[in-house]
Amino acid sequence: MTRAEPRATSIESLLATKEIVIFCGSGGVGKTSVAAAAGVAAATRLGGKVLVLTIDPARRLANALGLEDFGNVEKPVPVEAFKAAGLEPRGQLHAAMLDTKRSWDELVLRHAPDEETAYRILENRLYTNITGRFVQSHDYIAMERLFDVHAAGRYDLIIIDTPPTRNAIDFLEAPKRMADFFGGRLLRWLTMPYRMGGRRGARVLNVASRPFYQLADRILGSQFLQDIAEFFLSFQSMYDGFAQRAEAVERLLHDRRTTFAVVTTLEGAPLREAQFFCEQLTKRDFHLGALVLNKTLPEYLLSADGARAADALAAEAGPIAEELAGTGVAELADAPRTARVLRTIGESFKNFAVVATREAELKTELGRVPDVVANVPNFEIDIYDVTGLARIGDALFGG
Amino acid sequence: MRPAPDLLARRLLFFTGKGGVGKSTVTAATALLAAEQGQRVLVVEADDKGAIPGNFEQPSVGFEPREVYPGVCAMAMRTEDSLKEYLKLNLRVPVLGRLGPLARVLDFVATAAPGVKEILTVGKVCWEVRESIEGRADWDLVVVDAAATGHIIGQLDAPRAIQELVSVGMVREQTDWMVELLSDPSVTSLNVVATPEEMPVNETIELVQRARVELTVPLGAVLVNRVLPELFTHTDEATFEALRADDASAVLTSRVGSGATAVLDAARLAVSLRRTRAVHLAELRQAVELPTLYLPYLFVRDQGLRVTKMVADALAQELGL
Repeated sequence: MTRAEPRATSIESLLATKEIVIFCGSGGVGKTSVAAAAGVAAATRLGGKVLVLTIDPARRLANALGLEDFGNVEKPVPVEAFKAAGLEPRGQLHAAMLDTKRSWDELVLRHAPDEETAYRILENRLYTNITGRFVQSHDYIAMERLFDVHAAGRYDLIIIDTPPTRNAIDFLEAPKRMADFFGGRLLRWLTMPYRMGGRRGARVLNVASRPFYQLADRILGSQFLQDIAEFFLSFQSMYDGFAQRAEAVERLLHDRRTTFAVVTTLEGAPLREAQFFCEQLTKRDFHLGALVLNKTLPEYLLSADGARAADALAAEAGPIAEELAGTGVAELADAPRTARVLRTIGESFKNFAVVATREAELKTELGRVPDVVANVPNFEIDIYDVTGLARIGDALFGG
Repeated sequence: MRPAPDLLARRLLFFTGKGGVGKSTVTAATALLAAEQGQRVLVVEADDKGAIPGNFEQPSVGFEPREVYPGVCAMAMRTEDSLKEYLKLNLRVPVLGRLGPLARVLDFVATAAPGVKEILTVGKVCWEVRESIEGRADWDLVVVDAAATGHIIGQLDAPRAIQELVSVGMVREQTDWMVELLSDPSVTSLNVVATPEEMPVNETIELVQRARVELTVPLGAVLVNRVLPELFTHTDEATFEALRADDASAVLTSRVGSGATAVLDAARLAVSLRRTRAVHLAELRQAVELPTLYLPYLFVRDQGLRVTKMVADALAQELGL
């Protein structure tokens, strides 16, 4: 795919030119906060109608976005929340949380040929198990929901954070896998005896498939197999709708209006995963828009001046404390105590400098990265309101 | 609550935790510590990400256990291999060869039938433990780098889920002993790794509550990883604050140079980080009512075996070993 458009040079221009921004990365790197912050920054500075579609926000963050008991429903983030943060949003921010189970139910109701089939599926215990428990089903439903919201055209910009997956690229393949799954030969093969009239049909199976059934029967029991088959037979009636949808979702992910932002911390494992993810996105022709380095330690920890001062404070703590005792400040009157504090802060600086150095090294080892790389510092406090999100947003836009 | 000095006095330890909290490192450190206590340990990597051998600075492992440290063998869970082994052990099957591409069949059945992948993982683990208890395998302890908090219930509950769905057949019979083994507090415990941050703490609290209701697997300990040191006592902190005032910091700058500001800022950051985290720690302690072990934040440059050993040492100290 060739792209004639000019390259985005900042997160700001990315958010201004794209319609969908998908934040991804391994678990625990702060995807949800970064995605929400991008939403706050876009609504504040760029204007327009912005939606943040989130999967599993921290409770306080959900509260800040007004999501406490709304789940799947898109809701405007109250303007008061912005005002409390001293912000005058030019646009409107909306937020929604993805409720996997409910989204699946809606999907079934939409695609089922008739109501009876829909309810037969919804009441099937395998259905509940699959949709409620399987990670892959979260992947698919997130992309499906994204498609739905985008198609409705209510927003200028949709920001989504991806579900925590075992493997970061799983959700990219979810639409295709889902279509393959329902259209697969294997499914037809497995349900064959049941399509041919219950258990008796097994007798007319061909030579190739009989051993499988015999084995499956011995291992799982025929009742269970029949349950599975029944479920998939009902589900197959939705195949055409599903396949078309999955294809459309896939097209949307590849669309030039869509971009991906990979979030990571500067730690070994998440960074390796981020790197892998950047490569996979490029290889599969998705638009890799930005890399966000989250929770990085401040640069001053790397300064040579700081390191020298830390050493000197530890080495000359005694004499310096004596001098400070002479300033007349009550809290500094106890020289031995002051000396102890000076040694402690010198040591602490050196400790954190080690970690900051490790981060800097990991950063230089980064291979292929997108044009935009943003740094978000490690805020010493939890981010749980629009004020905090705006701070992350500033870092995203300024980086 | 008190630490759990008997953490290692089990046959089977599962470790879960939110992504990014250091679950694999803590799992590896536990294995290493047990080995240094003279146990023969099998570490099972449930998600096959290669993190466990990395913690011992060894290349990745396969389904066949391989020694990664004296006394520690590691294996990666591959459900397809697990199924093959299961079938080989339980069926005399010339049929096997005619099954066609087993991977595709398994992939299909695993997606279609809830809990199949999980049961193949948990089943293999349980099997190794039972073989050891009955003297046919060598492990004193099996340590599992298990699914993350979001999926651990599904993983450990698989045998019971299968019991509910499958009423007859070979699998049904075999889930009975698995459930028994998993539910025995003298054999098994589920341990949660967390960091003192908002999301990991929330997920730990939710998991512990769910596990008490939904699982028969006994809960062991909560291991809080990356605990920052307390820099100051209360009075020391007043002194520190005074150092940040204009007069005092001018003295510092004249004595040690302009870098003094960076040192003061870094200390401020350390204090704030510690304080924010202390709130989450208190919440965790109050909510979970489980033995809690604290592992320090490590200010080190490298990763690998040295870090694993440091965590193991900290763990030993917490356990009073």
